[in-house]
Amino acid sequence: MAEDTKVKDAPVAGGTKKAGFLNRFDNPWLNWKFLGGAGILGLLFFIIFLGYQFWDTDLALSARAPLNLPPLGFENWRGQTGVPEHPLGTENSGRDMLALWIVGTPRTVFVGVIAATVGMLAGIVLGFMAGFLGGLFDDVIRLAVDIAITIPSLLVLIVIQAVLGRVDLLTMALLISLFSWATPTRYIRAQVLSMRESGYVQMARLSGVPVRDIMFKEIMPNLLPYLSASYIGNMQGAIISAVGLEVLGFGPQRIPSLGVAIFFSIEAGALFRNMWWWWGIPTVTLSIVFIALLLINLGLDEIANPRLRKAN
Amino acid sequence: MGGISLNYLLRRLLVFFLTLWVAATLIFIIPRLAPGDPIAAMVARLSYQAGFVENADLIIEGWKERFGLNDPVYVQYLRFMTGLLGGDLGYSMARFPSTVTELVGRALPWTIGLVGFSTFIFFVVGNLCGALLAWARTPRLVKVLIPMSMIFTSIPPLLAGLLLSYTFAFLLGWFPQTYSYGFGLTPGLTLEFIASVIHHGILPAMAIVIVTFGYWALGMRGMMVTIEGEDYMILAQAKGLKPFYVLYRYMIRNAILPQMTALAVSIGTLVNGVVLVEVIFNYNGMGTLIVTALREQDFGLIQGTSFILIVTSALAVLIIDLSYPLIDPRISLEGR
Repeated sequence: MAEDTKVKDAPVAGGTKKAGFLNRFDNPWLNWKFLGGAGILGLLFFIIFLGYQFWDTDLALSARAPLNLPPLGFENWRGQTGVPEHPLGTENSGRDMLALWIVGTPRTVFVGVIAATVGMLAGIVLGFMAGFLGGLFDDVIRLAVDIAITIPSLLVLIVIQAVLGRVDLLTMALLISLFSWATPTRYIRAQVLSMRESGYVQMARLSGVPVRDIMFKEIMPNLLPYLSASYIGNMQGAIISAVGLEVLGFGPQRIPSLGVAIFFSIEAGALFRNMWWWWGIPTVTLSIVFIALLLINLGLDEIANPRLRKAN
Repeated sequence: MGGISLNYLLRRLLVFFLTLWVAATLIFIIPRLAPGDPIAAMVARLSYQAGFVENADLIIEGWKERFGLNDPVYVQYLRFMTGLLGGDLGYSMARFPSTVTELVGRALPWTIGLVGFSTFIFFVVGNLCGALLAWARTPRLVKVLIPMSMIFTSIPPLLAGLLLSYTFAFLLGWFPQTYSYGFGLTPGLTLEFIASVIHHGILPAMAIVIVTFGYWALGMRGMMVTIEGEDYMILAQAKGLKPFYVLYRYMIRNAILPQMTALAVSIGTLVNGVVLVEVIFNYNGMGTLIVTALREQDFGLIQGTSFILIVTSALAVLIIDLSYPLIDPRISLEGR
């Protein structure tokens, strides 16, 4: 094993040096991807927090500002220039884009957090039980997971929402969570299966530790990096579903989230009217959130899998 | 040797048919779980739009009788299921003489084409990039460039679609902004039509590819790192085999199977993304059909479109699952 590592490490020595600098105390949590992603998210939410303190968020409601103004320093197709009262411009029902951004960003992330948490909790319980108990229980769960993963969740959500109409964000989050348990369940089941046969679990079993304690006190702590990576992935998926539903027009309309803003902009043909700030600000913000989540996920992957750390 | 075991085949088929059954049942149940009565709601919408509907009660009764909504639920369920088995998805309410099957039949090939084309590209490009990332002999420059090109990874395809549409269609005008072929062209096997389809398809496909290939690159890289530590790799190097031969025959061929498994798992997510990308580009596939149906409150069409897309996804997963032995001759799929 040691020799293999040498063979593949040799050509990428430059990479290891940099990683070594950041990992000075050999703490896997101190890798730049994880810290970078968390830093981006932290900064984003700090700015939003400042926004709540110093900007009038009521401007996110409709008819609070002049229509279709471009951001500061730009000119729209009518020849109007941006004004300092609305630094990021306004859209065609008179919402201030800055206020909309401050209000909308946390609302979008909120849906992701709720849906991912509910799905993850279900995934932990089902995955552990399937992997650890096995038997008929495992068969049923595995079948359910296979089915749930095959079905494109958005389509069922569209049917549900077509019946329910527009819903508030919490309901939307809970609906999305109906479909966000399968991937974590599958993932956790596989990890538990591989850990079940390891020495310390066998030891605990022989010592007569109750099954529940083995699951949650012995195996669970060792799974933490995997669980967090899976949680972040789940969050990405949930936000993607939420934004998708919102862009189809199912989001809350009075106080919009970012996806709803994109829905309005598409409906109003902002792409053809060169009102790039209208759809562009939500799009870029969401992209930043997703890149940050991906970085965190990659960082967690490296924490969970030492081989990837070596490969860098 | 090399065959699919009966057990595995049966399990995959079971999953396939159960998926269809679950999807059909969900689509049957969901509207009936909702408070209120769909027909009354529709008539209410009509009277809201038109101001007044004559004989609303009679219409409601007539429709209920016509759709058999006065029968017990299990009779309705059986009728719905036998209808599906015969490919009968009912009528579109908003475009009455057209059946759902007809409308879906027109849209489905476009979506399948778009999904197939982009899947082929991101799978090939992604795996190649991943292999190059892990390979010791890859030039330094390439190893820097590939991660940089992966910046869009994990962004929803919908957002990538918006950015691409604005940049390459609106600002630069290189590609058309909407639809799947030029206006005034008759679909057919003419050179002009095919060129137009490709021209219109590039941006939507790219919207999916640029956000997806990074995942495959990362997965491939992870797999390659594991394979590089295997004994047979040292043997191959010691034998002095050509580096490209080792890369392809020893590394990629061994790493590709888990990637296929991952592809089967990701089909659902992929279809979600394609539906939304179609909306951005007004591409005349299933996604746009669903959105039109939503706008027209055409519930039968929404149900039918969703169901057929789910069936298509399940079929794609089944095909991938059954194709493992073709890709990896070692596979016997015994005891899985």
